[in-house]
Amino acid sequence: MPYVSHTNQDLMSMLKGLGPDYLNKLRELIPEALRSTSELAIPGGLSEQETDSLLRGIASKNTPVSELSSFLGAGAYDHYVPALVRNLLSRSEFFTAYTPYQPEISQGTLQAGYEYQTLICQLTSMDVSNASLYDGASATAEAVLMALRIKKKATKVLLSAALHPEYREVVRTYLAASDAEIIEIPYDPKSGETSIDELLKLDIEEGDVACLVLQSPNFLGVIEDIAKHTSFIHEKGGLSIGVVVEPLSLGVIMSPGEKDADICVGEAAGFGTPLAYGGPYLGFMGVREKFLRQMPGRLIGETEDADGVRSYCLTLATREQHIRRDRATSNICTNEGLSALAATIHLSSLGKDGFKNLALLNFSKAHYLAKRLRKSRDIFMGFKTTHFNEFTARFALGTDIDMILKRLYDNGILGGINLKKYYSELDRHLLICTTEMNTKADMDLFVKIVFECLEEKPWQKP
Amino acid sequence: MAKALEGPLEEPLIFDRSREGRAGIGIPTPDVPIVDPHKVLPRLMVREEVKGFPELSELDVSRHFTRLSTLNFGVETGFYPLGSCTMKYNPKLNEEVAGLPGFAGLHPYQGEEMVQGALELTYELEKILEEISGMHAITLHPAAGAHGELTGMLMLAAYYRDRGETRHKVLIPDTAHGTNPASCALGGFTVVPVKTGPDGILTAKEVADHMDDDTAALMLTNPNTLGLFESNIKDISQVMHDKGGFVYCDGANLNAIMGLAKFGEMGVDIVQLNLHKTFSTPHGGGGPGSGPVGVTAELEPYLPKPRIIKTEEGYSYETDRPKSIGRMRAFHSQFTILVRAYAYIRRLGANGLKEASEAAILNANYLKEQLKDTYDLPYDVACMHEAVFSDKHQQERGITTMDIAKRLMDYGIHPPTIYFPLVVPGALMIEPTECEGLDTIDNFVEVMKKISAEDPELVKGAPHTAPRKRIDEIGAARRPRLRWITPEED
Amino acid sequence: MEHPENLKYTKEHEWILIEGESVTVGITDYAQDSLGDVVYLELPDEGDTITSGEPFGVVESVKAVSDLFAPVTGTVSEVNDALVDGPEDINDDPYGEAWMLKIDLDDVAELDGLMSSADYEAYIAEEA
Repeated sequence: MPYVSHTNQDLMSMLKGLGPDYLNKLRELIPEALRSTSELAIPGGLSEQETDSLLRGIASKNTPVSELSSFLGAGAYDHYVPALVRNLLSRSEFFTAYTPYQPEISQGTLQAGYEYQTLICQLTSMDVSNASLYDGASATAEAVLMALRIKKKATKVLLSAALHPEYREVVRTYLAASDAEIIEIPYDPKSGETSIDELLKLDIEEGDVACLVLQSPNFLGVIEDIAKHTSFIHEKGGLSIGVVVEPLSLGVIMSPGEKDADICVGEAAGFGTPLAYGGPYLGFMGVREKFLRQMPGRLIGETEDADGVRSYCLTLATREQHIRRDRATSNICTNEGLSALAATIHLSSLGKDGFKNLALLNFSKAHYLAKRLRKSRDIFMGFKTTHFNEFTARFALGTDIDMILKRLYDNGILGGINLKKYYSELDRHLLICTTEMNTKADMDLFVKIVFECLEEKPWQKP
Repeated sequence: MAKALEGPLEEPLIFDRSREGRAGIGIPTPDVPIVDPHKVLPRLMVREEVKGFPELSELDVSRHFTRLSTLNFGVETGFYPLGSCTMKYNPKLNEEVAGLPGFAGLHPYQGEEMVQGALELTYELEKILEEISGMHAITLHPAAGAHGELTGMLMLAAYYRDRGETRHKVLIPDTAHGTNPASCALGGFTVVPVKTGPDGILTAKEVADHMDDDTAALMLTNPNTLGLFESNIKDISQVMHDKGGFVYCDGANLNAIMGLAKFGEMGVDIVQLNLHKTFSTPHGGGGPGSGPVGVTAELEPYLPKPRIIKTEEGYSYETDRPKSIGRMRAFHSQFTILVRAYAYIRRLGANGLKEASEAAILNANYLKEQLKDTYDLPYDVACMHEAVFSDKHQQERGITTMDIAKRLMDYGIHPPTIYFPLVVPGALMIEPTECEGLDTIDNFVEVMKKISAEDPELVKGAPHTAPRKRIDEIGAARRPRLRWITPEED
Repeated sequence: MEHPENLKYTKEHEWILIEGESVTVGITDYAQDSLGDVVYLELPDEGDTITSGEPFGVVESVKAVSDLFAPVTGTVSEVNDALVDGPEDINDDPYGEAWMLKIDLDDVAELDGLMSSADYEAYIAEEA
């Protein structure tokens, strides 16, 4: 059978070594009443070739974005993964290793992890980064839990309504056992920013709020000036948590750290990890040094070996589940090590200028498309603020966004996300994303079809 | 371990390799006008540069990470008997199919009609895992084992909330993984430790002594971390169920019982599986993993969102799940990990899975018998997939488990799990898995015996030939340096 | 292992030096030995009040973490900040450089319940 190395002779000699009644003993390991008597009702085994063709067959029932022209973003951004990333990740020394508990023979994983932590700190302008969390949504939930640990007396958590809807859901799930009250702060209908007026209206006492969670660019594509919100939450004695779901934006926009946030979390799968139908992705977290002891997840530190050679190892593990058990800062164990390695390789290969230029290219493509769309008298910018690589387009009253999306799809285009699904009031709003994967020709075709559709107005037909 | 280079295997940090102005991999030539951010953004929002980002050529990067990889030890480097982690071979085919554009190139918000294959694979894998575990329903949503544990705990909390009951406690045996108590606490429960019996397994009496109306569940691992089957589990479940409680099983050690026994038939109400252990998906140097959760019919309504259903028109997401605990993560699952696990299961089939478990048990028992005269075996009984020894005899010569672990590296072997479970002082937890042949195990046994007899000074100074000598973890913790500092910052 | 006779001890492995209505507190040689190399220490601030039996701080080695329980009730009058910066002294000199807090007692009578050096040694012999 596959993946087992015993020859018949080996088996005989092992059993002989174990003594005559050993097979019976092994059988009795599981009490008779619990022993399965029938074979598993699953198909019989296949050869590698058959398995390969089975899986290719299933894959062919899917239509990858590469066969379409995709303007989908909303937390999963289609970026080019360089061959170098894939190639290096396929080294079995990396992908078949376990968590580096034995540092003397795990320096590859550890040093790359230390480099990852450094890159995340540089990106977010934070002091400390952990070695990864599951994804952006669970990282956001972990950040909120962390804020509640730091602000022990606080009973409230403020979430921006422009935080990714699924991230908000995950925060609620994680906080089911907590007494903390979650308050959603509406976005300003004009600017699309998390409303500072609504924040000021809140009746909360100083010390009663653990944190304010703000995403920038937010789910509507709007770049938030988080400095204002941060000073508000600091005055109330809470922490400012900045969420960055598209960290490529940090090549153009100032980071949460530069705007005085206390914790910065987000989703870094866009660096070297494929879309993969939503996972595995890469949750990241950077914090201020003073909160280090409350941080969840693994940390890699620099040290020396017995010969004084620079080395790396897991450190400050007393925060973690395997030592602190029920009082740990999180229950996380397995994280997203290989995705973090992908991000490290990808960012290193882009380099300082490559990163900036890629960010500018994404930014410019979205501005090009927005400008072209605005030429229609039936399309407006959803909000009076600027965006990075994703924006909300508002269509004229009566437009059926689903019909436009259908028309685009008939032409091989994934046109974006109908925001009505998440915000009932945004019922003629389309969330459109462009990355380096969208060519000018793709965007021009997109515009052409949308304009044709607006001209025809199929929703007016009986 | 491949020692590819002369001298100390020290690879500079990527930041130290950086040279100002060196161009990396490059980006496409812009086909639209580049917009100056200063013209459209307020001045205080524009970022000029990311300070400290490295500047390297493609060759620099390739060489750097290739060199780093040679400092690592993976399953393909050598024997990796890390107990409780099931370090089996990660088939190449699975990596290849997971990378197919039809899997890796799907956006999570594509319409259902475009991803029928992905939904089919997920649905079919759920069905297969239901059959293997004997549970009524499986969710593939959680991202890792501990994430699955938390999912289970939150479901229990929701169940009791729904019934207007409050239960505060969860019983956890002293052999449990640290994630168990941590997940309980995060789920809002207080941990009550229960003691393993003299045979290394839990007794129904011990559980009954602690079970009361304020206890929500028992969280046990079966086979447990001593490598023993919890043979009283049926009676234990009865004790829990009689008082309205549940049995949560950590299924991390499923590799020992595939096709041999089912959690559902043991009275287990919730179980989490680890695809990155049992079903050969790679550990990745610490993830990504995947932690499916199986439940009874009674708990099914509380499973996290989203759920896939099969209809005559095809597969789709079920939208109306009012009792669900909600989402544990964004999007659907660790999808390409599921692809790997599915390929593995289909390759082995029903018989192959059972034979894998049987071979894993045989390997562990053979290894245990060969070593038990040299190393102390606190529970001298037939084991499942792993055996736990201690350093009791070696300590008489001043050699500890830590020393043995480090010395194994000199022989090209990855150390077992050490100092766990906590009930065995100086534990060496050895799991050979079914993939290893007799020659590999015999070599390991020989090396272990040799180390036991070696000059204590030699063993205590180990490793001698690994890429690093023993690493100062104390210094790392006393003066944490957790990132590279730019020369200006320093 | 040493447990000086001029000090008093608790079951939580702390030592207490009594000077009138004020006491100095640290952890015992036995405690530091079972923890291993100490890497981190968290202590309350000067002026904080602590309550007998309640945790007042945390001491950590690489692989273990332990709460510090207040042996008495009172107000913290002095904190050994140097020890927080270099907690390795706990291993090297548990009864000297590694004192942790000075506390002004609320009630001197509380001291009656503490163990002598001989009692403590008997206690740890039993615990082991």
